[in-house]
Amino acid sequence: MFRGAVHLCAGRGRLGRRLSTLRGGSALGWAGKVSEIKKTLQSVLPGGAWNSLYDTSHLPPEQSDVVIVGGGVLGLSVAYWLKRLEKQRGAIRVLVVERDHTYSQASTGLSVGGIRQQFSLPENIQLSLFSVNFLRNINDYLAVVDDPPLDLQFNPSGYLLLASEEGAAILESNVKVQRQEGAKVCLMSPEQLRNKFPWINTEGVALGSYGLEGEGWFDPWCLLQGLRRKVQAMGVHFCHGEVTRFVSSSNRMETTSGEEITLKRIHEVHVKMDHSVEYQPVECAIVINAAGAWSGRVAELAGIGKGPPGTLQGTKLPVEPRKRYVYVWHCPQGPGLESPLVADTSGVYFRRDGLGNNYLGGCSPTEEEEPDPENLEVDHDFFQNKVWPRLAWRIPAFESLKHPVPPQVRSAWAGYYDYNTFDQNGVVGPHPLVANMYFATGFSGHGLQQAPAVGRAVAEMVLEGRFQTINLNAFLFSRFFLGEKVQEHNIF
Amino acid sequence: MAAPRASLNLVAPVWNGVTKSIRDLSSSVAPKGSQKKGKRLLQFLADRFYDVEALREYLLQKQVSKVHQENRSFTYIKERYGPYVAGAYFVLKQGGAVKFQGQEWIQSSGRRPSSLELLSFQAVPVESVDASDCAINYEGLDNLLALKELQSLSLQRCPHVDDWCLSRLYQLADSLQELSLAGCPRVSERGLACLHHLQNLRRLDISDLPAVSNPGLTQILMEEMLPNCEVLGADWAQGLKSRPEKQSQDTASPTPA
Repeated sequence: MFRGAVHLCAGRGRLGRRLSTLRGGSALGWAGKVSEIKKTLQSVLPGGAWNSLYDTSHLPPEQSDVVIVGGGVLGLSVAYWLKRLEKQRGAIRVLVVERDHTYSQASTGLSVGGIRQQFSLPENIQLSLFSVNFLRNINDYLAVVDDPPLDLQFNPSGYLLLASEEGAAILESNVKVQRQEGAKVCLMSPEQLRNKFPWINTEGVALGSYGLEGEGWFDPWCLLQGLRRKVQAMGVHFCHGEVTRFVSSSNRMETTSGEEITLKRIHEVHVKMDHSVEYQPVECAIVINAAGAWSGRVAELAGIGKGPPGTLQGTKLPVEPRKRYVYVWHCPQGPGLESPLVADTSGVYFRRDGLGNNYLGGCSPTEEEEPDPENLEVDHDFFQNKVWPRLAWRIPAFESLKHPVPPQVRSAWAGYYDYNTFDQNGVVGPHPLVANMYFATGFSGHGLQQAPAVGRAVAEMVLEGRFQTINLNAFLFSRFFLGEKVQEHNIF
Repeated sequence: MAAPRASLNLVAPVWNGVTKSIRDLSSSVAPKGSQKKGKRLLQFLADRFYDVEALREYLLQKQVSKVHQENRSFTYIKERYGPYVAGAYFVLKQGGAVKFQGQEWIQSSGRRPSSLELLSFQAVPVESVDASDCAINYEGLDNLLALKELQSLSLQRCPHVDDWCLSRLYQLADSLQELSLAGCPRVSERGLACLHHLQNLRRLDISDLPAVSNPGLTQILMEEMLPNCEVLGADWAQGLKSRPEKQSQDTASPTPA
């Protein structure tokens, strides 16, 4: 009984304590409770992320009309033109999936940033002309209210391509095509070259072509950020993740000649988040492959190239990463402020960088010397053995730095070309079998300078079904199966 | 959709030292306080309402197209009366002054210039153009580049003349002797580099260019590039500071700018 009384007292005490904690608890935690209720209300009301279990703000939306794989300059350009050419404001939902938001390996940021019209294919010249117009009026195209205007740091110094005896005829015919398309290019004899640019050693040079207007180099990072800013203002969703899977459906169809083919249609894109196994399936209508150097892998995910070789199913997307080096050196007596981007007969190129007599340049290696694209490590021996001797031969001012110490390379970096092993020109347009995958890749070193125009072409193809401004039918995927090479001369 | 401002801490390069939005470039002088408040209110509304944002974008586009309208080329006048009259009419319409060969300066008064008074000069080439403070841009330069005997061109304080415009001036290389770019906010050393085509130039004024990063060094490089030309501009010693005690160390190591 005594124990019972103790229990009773204890119980009452507990009850009393509970009552007091209730009173005391409500007084202490009232602000916390209010904020909890506020949070729940906010998530229930429209506009909030109603998911009381966990936060999903980092995941992409569950549905999107267009999914663009790759957030470099080509992917963003396609997104920009899609939003700009849509018939109604907000009609198309676009999602850009980018695996690395620091762009540490993306070709755009590591590019030398040159733009030229000196190509041999009329399509390439037109793409470049359109892009130069875009860059000149970039503040009309990419203006965002209340944000400062973009300064692309464009150097209109032009390109100078040098040709030896063998290449002189090709150079002359190229210049003729360029002038027909409207590019401002002039031919220069060795004598004129010596008068204009006395620092060139014209031995072995038969002809030079000099771009007078609309050629030069600019800051690719600025273009990328300008596009990003504008595209976000236009309502494009960005997602930081990697595309790991395409879910598609197949249809057996018969062609007009009676042959049976399998048409595929992608329904879902699985986007995997960084450093986790979490993924989000995004339902989509159209997928755009703008993954640059990794476009080949993305195409393989969609099943392109899985079939007996020699058939359309078995034709892979021939885009692979190729590593290219760029070196920066200093030469106090080097070419002056007027020097263009000089591309030598041997494939070596260089340009000035800033006011301080720094120069940057490089060279395209031959097929046997191709470096391993596993990583972006720089090979300095390549500069000493391949780049420097030819450069010093062409520009004697650089030679003077050889003695007594070897040339001072101030810095160097490496970047990837999205190299098209078939004919080194871009792939644009839909795939014949995977009906809703469009390509915008494979430009092998001149993607940046053609990005605005290619973006418009792909957007027109998606929205209208055909190319309207510039006819890029020569760059469709089907040429890989048909074996029709559209080759460019003088790519470096 | 309004741009999410918090996440947009991107590197958006600005004009060197001059951070102005596009609207400010042609805005008139207004009291600072009220302008700032008005701007802030508009920005607040634009962040929250699509309509206000669309309205602001529309107004921005209107301003841009106004400049384009002023710079259209007068092809009819060019075909009818020749390039000299067309060029002179364009300059006078913009608010500049024009001088024909052997004549006096023709200033633009407030009213629109009538082509009647210029009709008498159809075959007379234009010698000098003073387009200071005019809203001339890349497209408008078409009208000036047709004047093949132009000797003196003044583009002082033109707000829309930038590096792209300078890259077009090579077409006047045969005749141009005097060029003034003083006070143009958008001209940088990259545009000045393409003036090397103008080998007949005798006088070049590149003073007070806010977008040029290093005026003293640019002056030296321009003088090297155009040996026959008198380059007026910054004093080359402007960027140097006197450090008498460290002089011996400076001369030993090469100093890249």
